[in-house]
Amino acid sequence: MHKEEIYRVRSPYREDMVIQGYRFGKGEPAACIVGAIRGNEVQQMYVCSQLIRELKELETNGCINAGKKIMVIPVVNGMGVNIGKRFFGVEDMDINRSFPGMDKGDTTSRIAYEIFDEIKEYTYGIQLTSFYMTGEFVPHVRMMETGYQNASLANLFGLPYVVVRKPTPLDTKTLNYNWQNDNTAAFSLYTNKNDSIDEDSANQAVSAVLRFLTRMGIIRYESHSGYISHVLMEDDLTDVYVEKGGIFRSFVKPGEYVRYGYPIAEIRDPYEGFIKQAVIAPTSGIVFFAHTEALIAQGDMAYRLIHRLHQ
Amino acid sequence: MIEEVFSIELPVGERLVINKNRITGKRPLNKRIAIVTGIHGDEFEGQYICYEMARRIMEAQEMLNGIVDFYPALNPLGLDAADHKIPKLGMDLNRMFPGKKDGAMMERVAAAIVEDISGADMCLDLHASDIFVKEIPQVRVSEEFAEDLLPYARLLNTDMVWMNATATVHESTLAHTMNMLGVPSMVVEMGVGTRIDRGYGDQVVEGIFRLMKELKMWEGPVADIHYPAISTDGEVEFIRSDTIGVFFPAIAHNHYVQKGDKLGEIVSPLEGRVLEEIRAQKSGLVFTLREYPFVREGSLLARILTGIEEG
Ligand SMILES: [Zn+2]
Repeated sequence: MHKEEIYRVRSPYREDMVIQGYRFGKGEPAACIVGAIRGNEVQQMYVCSQLIRELKELETNGCINAGKKIMVIPVVNGMGVNIGKRFFGVEDMDINRSFPGMDKGDTTSRIAYEIFDEIKEYTYGIQLTSFYMTGEFVPHVRMMETGYQNASLANLFGLPYVVVRKPTPLDTKTLNYNWQNDNTAAFSLYTNKNDSIDEDSANQAVSAVLRFLTRMGIIRYESHSGYISHVLMEDDLTDVYVEKGGIFRSFVKPGEYVRYGYPIAEIRDPYEGFIKQAVIAPTSGIVFFAHTEALIAQGDMAYRLIHRLHQ
Repeated sequence: MIEEVFSIELPVGERLVINKNRITGKRPLNKRIAIVTGIHGDEFEGQYICYEMARRIMEAQEMLNGIVDFYPALNPLGLDAADHKIPKLGMDLNRMFPGKKDGAMMERVAAAIVEDISGADMCLDLHASDIFVKEIPQVRVSEEFAEDLLPYARLLNTDMVWMNATATVHESTLAHTMNMLGVPSMVVEMGVGTRIDRGYGDQVVEGIFRLMKELKMWEGPVADIHYPAISTDGEVEFIRSDTIGVFFPAIAHNHYVQKGDKLGEIVSPLEGRVLEEIRAQKSGLVFTLREYPFVREGSLLARILTGIEEG
């Protein structure tokens, strides 16, 4: 294992934010894994730290294949992590909306530029990331439909689902999009948590990455072969929006099967406790994403369902 | 007449409401202009302009031909918290247009705004820079629509029209969306976040009356306006910090400088010394100047409009 400084961000009254990369093996840049680009991505950081632990052991045992280089960057926005802010600096900038960045641009753009410059040559790019809305997902691999992507590669992680997303203008500044654009096969891994740690889901993500690296001939690692992934287009998900604001009580969890017409949540009046809305499943299928906060506003998305899929 | 454009229920005992003030003159079917502001909750300059425009029109309503719609608060939650973005969601409302009628809460807000403005003959979106830098009054138009918009932009009595290809004219902004829908729309920037400069406000108010006269919407007297410097990205010199510390400007905003002139310095309060002297690399007009004292590597300190003579 070789630890290297990728970029250093200075600040008048705080210690430097050093973005560290951990390199394993030598040779062609085979795979790069990036963790907490946002300050609340604790689970993502944890997954990367566990990966580094595993890779260190694999390297000691000679299980990194010759001529293959792996890079792991567990934390990008360390300054944000330490003060509980998702985005970077007083400007509150999303580093994952600043790629590919500019070397003479603003601070966030420079961070993105320096990272991207270091990692753009890798054949495979894996980002542990989070959704802009708070909530829980079933673990899945997400990729952008950019013309360069290949969904069958994403299956090799062995996670239950692969989601293909059509990029919107907002996506064009993400790491994933820019990797793809630069001919790296890029995948985003979503586990069920962000700002807290779920041990099972983290272990599943670590195994999925190691399984993928093994299947791509980068490492040798014995693991369960995982799932045969179900591939779906993001546009095919059935989104359930609520029509009242109040206290949100969910009856179902990500991964559960729901039946058309059955209640899946209720919204209670925050003052008097009565039920303002019974949220009914608009289709039968699997819960792919669930709102997890105690409160909800009218028009918020409570669930995303995989239409007509059975467990 | 105050009209509720849209409302949505928040979790506890409150609605998010978008209001507009519609002032109807003679021949209401003649033309309609929409004057909008408050997309960014930390920008207040447009508040004065809405007030002053409405006050003056109502004093001489018989001079008005057609309809003026004022939307002083497109991001009411942000304005209440002086938050540039949408509170809690952490997203920039001006990256969410055209929105989605059956989408998530703020997508519905964006869609409702677009629907309400649609059909207008002109839309002006008033901004106040941000809390970091101060701007001279300027119109920003994207190169894509410049040919159609420039004749109007010149009438707004600003100091400058900046035809640019960057963020403020980004695809998911309100102005871009309205232009795509056939409503000529211009972004006006002036001042600095969380403050109101009534001098700038009065200057732009005269410009809007001049524009309304051109549109045959205003029969009242209009003041003499001055025509702006028209510039493209190539003529704008960005000056960014190369160090961290506290910035003190050495010049006034809206000031002509010669190459080599000192623009300011970055100091270390801890060490009691100057870390970096900032000098102009080119001669021109300082149209953007940093207000927010703390800087990092990459922070914007000033923008200079080059290639013009002191007038
Ligand atoms: Zn703004």
